[in-house]
Amino acid sequence: MTLVIAASASDVLVWIVWAVAGAACLLSAVAVVSFADPFYSALALIGNLASLAVLYLLLSAEFVAAAQVLIYAGAIVVMFLFVIAYIGGRADAPWAGTPSVQTWAAIAAAAAILVEVLVVIGIQAGGGELTTEADISGAFGGPAGIGELFLTDHLLAFEITSIVLLVAAVGGVILGSHARRFDEERER
Amino acid sequence: MLGPSVAWYLALAAFLFTVGALGVLLRRNPLIILLSLELMLNAANLTLIAFARQHGSLDGQIFALAVMAVAASEVVVGLGLVVAMARRNVALDTDRLTTLRG
Repeated sequence: MTLVIAASASDVLVWIVWAVAGAACLLSAVAVVSFADPFYSALALIGNLASLAVLYLLLSAEFVAAAQVLIYAGAIVVMFLFVIAYIGGRADAPWAGTPSVQTWAAIAAAAAILVEVLVVIGIQAGGGELTTEADISGAFGGPAGIGELFLTDHLLAFEITSIVLLVAAVGGVILGSHARRFDEERER
Repeated sequence: MLGPSVAWYLALAAFLFTVGALGVLLRRNPLIILLSLELMLNAANLTLIAFARQHGSLDGQIFALAVMAVAASEVVVGLGLVVAMARRNVALDTDRLTTLRG
Protein backbone atom coordinates (compact mmCIF):
# COMPACT_ATOMS: atom_id res chain seq x y z
CA MET A 1 0.00 0.00 0.00
CA THR A 2 2.73 2.45 0.93
CA LEU A 3 4.54 1.45 -2.26
CA VAL A 4 1.48 2.41 -4.34
CA ILE A 5 1.19 5.76 -2.59
CA ALA A 6 4.89 6.44 -3.05
CA ALA A 7 4.64 5.59 -6.74
CA SER A 8 1.67 7.90 -7.28
CA ALA A 9 3.34 10.69 -5.31
CA SER A 10 6.44 10.58 -7.51
CA ASP A 11 4.10 10.37 -10.50
CA VAL A 12 2.48 13.64 -9.47
CA LEU A 13 5.92 15.13 -8.89
CA VAL A 14 7.04 14.21 -12.42
CA TRP A 15 3.81 15.69 -13.80
CA ILE A 16 4.52 18.94 -11.96
CA VAL A 17 8.12 19.06 -13.21
CA TRP A 18 6.88 18.35 -16.72
CA ALA A 19 4.25 21.10 -16.54
CA VAL A 20 6.68 23.70 -15.18
CA ALA A 21 9.42 22.81 -17.67
CA GLY A 22 6.92 22.69 -20.54
CA ALA A 23 5.43 26.07 -19.63
CA ALA A 24 8.91 27.60 -19.29
CA CYS A 25 9.86 26.05 -22.62
CA LEU A 26 6.85 27.51 -24.47
CA LEU A 27 7.01 30.92 -22.76
CA SER A 28 10.71 31.34 -23.50
CA ALA A 29 10.09 30.22 -27.10
CA VAL A 30 7.43 32.93 -27.46
CA ALA A 31 9.90 35.38 -25.92
CA VAL A 32 12.59 34.38 -28.45
CA VAL A 33 10.21 35.07 -31.31
CA SER A 34 8.64 38.26 -29.97
CA PHE A 35 11.55 40.29 -28.56
CA ALA A 36 12.52 43.16 -30.84
CA ASP A 37 16.18 43.08 -29.77
CA PRO A 38 18.05 39.92 -30.90
CA PHE A 39 20.21 40.10 -27.77
CA TYR A 40 17.19 39.47 -25.54
CA SER A 41 15.99 36.76 -27.93
CA ALA A 42 19.32 34.93 -27.58
CA LEU A 43 19.09 35.21 -23.79
CA ALA A 44 15.53 33.84 -23.87
CA LEU A 45 16.82 30.90 -25.93
CA ILE A 46 19.01 29.92 -22.96
CA GLY A 47 15.87 29.52 -20.84
CA ASN A 48 14.30 27.46 -23.59
CA LEU A 49 17.35 25.18 -23.80
CA ALA A 50 17.52 24.75 -20.03
CA SER A 51 13.84 23.76 -19.76
CA LEU A 52 14.30 21.36 -22.67
CA ALA A 53 17.24 19.79 -20.84
CA VAL A 54 14.90 19.16 -17.90
CA LEU A 55 12.43 17.47 -20.25
CA TYR A 56 15.26 15.33 -21.67
CA LEU A 57 16.12 14.25 -18.13
CA LEU A 58 12.50 13.21 -17.58
CA LEU A 59 12.81 11.09 -20.74
CA SER A 60 15.95 9.35 -19.37
CA ALA A 61 18.25 11.10 -21.84
CA GLU A 62 20.89 12.19 -19.35
CA PHE A 63 23.80 12.44 -21.79
CA VAL A 64 21.76 14.39 -24.36
CA ALA A 65 20.59 16.77 -21.61
CA ALA A 66 24.19 17.44 -20.61
CA ALA A 67 25.26 17.82 -24.25
CA GLN A 68 22.32 20.16 -24.80
CA VAL A 69 23.53 22.52 -22.10
CA LEU A 70 27.18 22.25 -23.18
CA ILE A 71 26.73 22.58 -26.94
CA TYR A 72 23.68 24.81 -27.19
CA ALA A 73 23.88 27.08 -24.16
CA GLY A 74 27.66 26.88 -23.90
CA ALA A 75 28.67 27.21 -27.54
CA ILE A 76 25.85 28.15 -29.90
CA VAL A 77 24.15 30.82 -27.78
CA VAL A 78 27.52 32.31 -26.78
CA MET A 79 28.42 32.56 -30.47
CA PHE A 80 25.08 34.28 -31.12
CA LEU A 81 25.80 36.74 -28.32
CA PHE A 82 29.31 37.43 -29.68
CA VAL A 83 27.96 38.14 -33.15
CA ILE A 84 25.14 40.33 -31.84
CA ALA A 85 27.64 42.26 -29.71
CA TYR A 86 29.99 42.54 -32.71
CA ILE A 87 27.49 43.89 -35.21
CA GLY A 88 25.76 46.02 -32.59
CA GLY A 89 22.24 45.91 -31.28
CA ARG A 90 19.84 46.53 -34.10
CA ALA A 91 16.35 46.26 -32.71
CA ASP A 92 13.69 46.50 -35.37
CA ALA A 93 10.01 47.13 -34.83
CA PRO A 94 8.64 43.69 -35.66
CA TRP A 95 5.09 44.22 -34.49
CA ALA A 96 4.56 47.78 -35.74
CA GLY A 97 1.72 48.60 -38.09
CA THR A 98 -1.30 46.57 -39.00
CA PRO A 99 -0.69 42.89 -39.85
CA SER A 100 -0.42 42.29 -43.59
CA VAL A 101 -1.99 39.49 -45.60
CA GLN A 102 1.39 37.73 -45.45
CA THR A 103 1.28 37.82 -41.64
CA TRP A 104 -2.15 36.22 -41.52
CA ALA A 105 -1.10 33.62 -44.12
CA ALA A 106 1.97 32.76 -42.02
CA ILE A 107 -0.15 32.39 -38.88
CA ALA A 108 -2.64 30.21 -40.78
CA ALA A 109 0.16 28.01 -42.14
CA ALA A 110 1.73 27.57 -38.70
CA ALA A 111 -1.67 26.83 -37.16
CA ALA A 112 -2.31 24.27 -39.90
CA ILE A 113 0.96 22.47 -39.04
CA LEU A 114 0.04 22.52 -35.36
CA VAL A 115 -3.48 21.16 -35.88
CA GLU A 116 -2.22 18.51 -38.28
CA VAL A 117 0.41 17.22 -35.87
CA LEU A 118 -1.89 17.38 -32.84
CA VAL A 119 -4.62 15.42 -34.67
CA VAL A 120 -2.13 12.69 -35.61
CA ILE A 121 -0.81 12.54 -32.04
CA GLY A 122 -4.37 12.41 -30.71
CA ILE A 123 -5.32 9.57 -33.05
CA GLN A 124 -2.19 7.60 -32.18
CA ALA A 125 -2.60 8.20 -28.45
CA GLY A 126 -6.28 7.29 -28.65
CA GLY A 127 -5.31 4.02 -30.34
CA GLY A 128 -2.97 3.26 -27.46
CA GLU A 129 0.17 3.62 -29.63
CA LEU A 130 1.86 6.32 -27.55
CA THR A 131 0.75 5.42 -24.05
CA THR A 132 2.90 2.34 -23.52
CA GLU A 133 6.66 2.65 -23.14
CA ALA A 134 9.38 0.04 -23.34
CA ASP A 135 11.01 -1.00 -20.09
CA ILE A 136 14.48 0.45 -19.80
CA SER A 137 17.40 -0.16 -17.50
CA GLY A 138 18.96 2.52 -15.32
CA ALA A 139 21.87 2.83 -17.76
CA PHE A 140 19.57 3.98 -20.57
CA GLY A 141 20.72 7.31 -21.97
CA GLY A 142 24.07 7.27 -20.19
CA PRO A 143 27.34 8.13 -21.91
CA ALA A 144 28.51 4.50 -22.02
CA GLY A 145 25.61 3.30 -24.17
CA ILE A 146 25.72 6.38 -26.42
CA GLY A 147 29.48 6.14 -26.88
CA GLU A 148 29.31 2.46 -27.72
CA LEU A 149 26.59 3.05 -30.33
CA PHE A 150 28.57 5.94 -31.86
CA LEU A 151 31.61 3.69 -32.31
CA THR A 152 29.71 0.65 -33.57
CA ASP A 153 26.32 1.04 -35.27
CA HIS A 154 26.56 4.76 -36.02
CA LEU A 155 30.28 5.08 -36.78
CA LEU A 156 29.62 6.51 -40.27
CA ALA A 157 27.27 9.20 -38.89
CA PHE A 158 29.90 10.04 -36.26
CA GLU A 159 32.65 10.49 -38.85
CA ILE A 160 30.44 12.43 -41.25
CA THR A 161 29.47 14.75 -38.39
CA SER A 162 33.13 15.60 -37.85
CA ILE A 163 33.53 16.43 -41.55
CA VAL A 164 30.36 18.57 -41.50
CA LEU A 165 31.71 20.52 -38.52
CA LEU A 166 35.09 20.99 -40.23
CA VAL A 167 33.46 22.24 -43.44
CA ALA A 168 31.25 24.61 -41.43
CA ALA A 169 34.27 26.00 -39.55
CA VAL A 170 36.16 26.55 -42.82
CA GLY A 171 33.05 28.15 -44.33
CA GLY A 172 32.70 30.51 -41.38
CA VAL A 173 36.33 31.61 -41.72
CA ILE A 174 35.98 32.13 -45.48
CA LEU A 175 32.80 34.19 -45.08
CA GLY A 176 34.54 36.40 -42.52
CA SER A 177 37.82 36.92 -44.37
CA HIS A 178 36.11 37.62 -47.68
CA ALA A 179 34.25 40.53 -46.10
CA ARG A 180 37.55 42.04 -44.91
CA ARG A 181 38.97 42.02 -48.44
CA PHE A 182 35.80 43.75 -49.61
CA ASP A 183 36.33 46.50 -47.04
CA GLU A 184 39.90 47.10 -48.21
CA GLU A 185 38.80 47.36 -51.82
CA ARG A 186 36.16 49.86 -50.89
CA GLU A 187 38.59 52.02 -48.94
CA ARG A 188 40.94 52.32 -51.91
CA MET B 1 7.02 5.59 -17.09
CA LEU B 2 6.24 8.09 -14.38
CA GLY B 3 4.41 11.26 -15.24
CA PRO B 4 3.02 12.17 -18.66
CA SER B 5 3.12 9.67 -21.48
CA VAL B 6 5.12 10.23 -24.66
CA ALA B 7 2.09 11.80 -26.36
CA TRP B 8 2.30 14.81 -24.02
CA TYR B 9 5.94 15.41 -24.92
CA LEU B 10 5.06 15.15 -28.61
CA ALA B 11 2.25 17.69 -28.20
CA LEU B 12 4.64 20.06 -26.43
CA ALA B 13 7.14 19.60 -29.26
CA ALA B 14 4.38 20.40 -31.78
CA PHE B 15 3.66 23.69 -30.01
CA LEU B 16 7.38 24.50 -29.82
CA PHE B 17 7.80 23.78 -33.52
CA THR B 18 4.84 26.03 -34.34
CA VAL B 19 6.30 28.92 -32.35
CA GLY B 20 9.62 28.46 -34.14
CA ALA B 21 7.89 28.30 -37.54
CA LEU B 22 6.00 31.50 -36.73
CA GLY B 23 9.30 33.17 -35.86
CA VAL B 24 10.84 32.14 -39.17
CA LEU B 25 7.77 33.24 -41.13
CA LEU B 26 7.02 36.51 -39.34
CA ARG B 27 10.37 37.98 -38.33
CA ARG B 28 12.65 39.77 -40.79
CA ASN B 29 15.85 40.00 -38.75
CA PRO B 30 18.09 37.12 -39.90
CA LEU B 31 19.47 36.70 -36.37
CA ILE B 32 15.99 36.06 -34.99
CA ILE B 33 15.22 33.76 -37.91
CA LEU B 34 18.30 31.70 -36.98
CA LEU B 35 17.19 31.61 -33.33
CA SER B 36 13.72 30.48 -34.39
CA LEU B 37 15.32 27.76 -36.51
CA GLU B 38 17.02 26.57 -33.33
CA LEU B 39 13.59 26.34 -31.70
CA MET B 40 12.34 24.17 -34.56
CA LEU B 41 15.41 21.92 -34.38
CA ASN B 42 14.91 21.59 -30.64
CA ALA B 43 11.29 20.59 -31.14
CA ALA B 44 12.47 17.87 -33.53
CA ASN B 45 15.06 16.80 -30.95
CA LEU B 46 12.35 16.52 -28.29
CA THR B 47 10.28 14.21 -30.49
CA LEU B 48 13.36 12.10 -31.28
CA ILE B 49 14.17 11.70 -27.60
CA ALA B 50 10.53 11.02 -26.68
CA PHE B 51 10.34 8.24 -29.27
CA ALA B 52 13.71 6.90 -28.14
CA ARG B 53 12.21 6.59 -24.64
CA GLN B 54 9.05 4.98 -25.95
CA HIS B 55 10.86 2.33 -27.97
CA GLY B 56 13.60 1.85 -25.39
CA SER B 57 16.22 2.37 -28.11
CA LEU B 58 19.17 4.76 -27.97
CA ASP B 59 19.13 5.38 -31.74
CA GLY B 60 16.84 8.40 -31.33
CA GLN B 61 19.24 9.99 -28.86
CA ILE B 62 22.14 9.42 -31.28
CA PHE B 63 20.06 11.15 -33.94
CA ALA B 64 19.39 14.05 -31.57
CA LEU B 65 23.13 14.47 -30.95
CA ALA B 66 23.75 14.49 -34.71
CA VAL B 67 21.04 17.17 -35.06
CA MET B 68 22.91 19.25 -32.46
CA ALA B 69 26.12 19.02 -34.48
CA VAL B 70 24.25 20.01 -37.64
CA ALA B 71 22.63 22.91 -35.77
CA ALA B 72 26.08 24.11 -34.67
CA SER B 73 27.33 23.98 -38.28
CA GLU B 74 24.24 25.78 -39.52
CA VAL B 75 24.70 28.54 -36.95
CA VAL B 76 28.39 28.99 -37.91
CA VAL B 77 27.51 29.47 -41.57
CA GLY B 78 24.40 31.55 -40.83
CA LEU B 79 26.21 33.87 -38.45
CA GLY B 80 29.09 34.11 -40.93
CA LEU B 81 26.59 35.39 -43.49
CA VAL B 82 25.12 37.83 -40.97
CA VAL B 83 28.59 39.18 -40.14
CA ALA B 84 29.39 39.51 -43.85
CA MET B 85 26.11 41.40 -44.35
CA ALA B 86 26.84 43.70 -41.42
CA ARG B 87 30.35 44.47 -42.74
CA ARG B 88 28.92 45.46 -46.11
CA ASN B 89 26.43 47.72 -44.31
CA VAL B 90 23.54 45.76 -45.76
CA ALA B 91 20.33 46.19 -43.79
CA LEU B 92 19.64 43.14 -41.60
CA ASP B 93 16.19 42.71 -43.07
CA THR B 94 15.33 39.67 -45.18
CA ASP B 95 12.65 41.62 -47.03
CA ARG B 96 15.24 44.08 -48.32
CA LEU B 97 17.81 41.44 -49.34
CA THR B 98 16.58 41.28 -52.90
CA THR B 99 19.88 41.57 -54.80
CA LEU B 100 19.96 37.89 -55.71
CA ARG B 101 16.30 37.72 -56.64
CA GLY B 102 15.88 36.12 -60.07
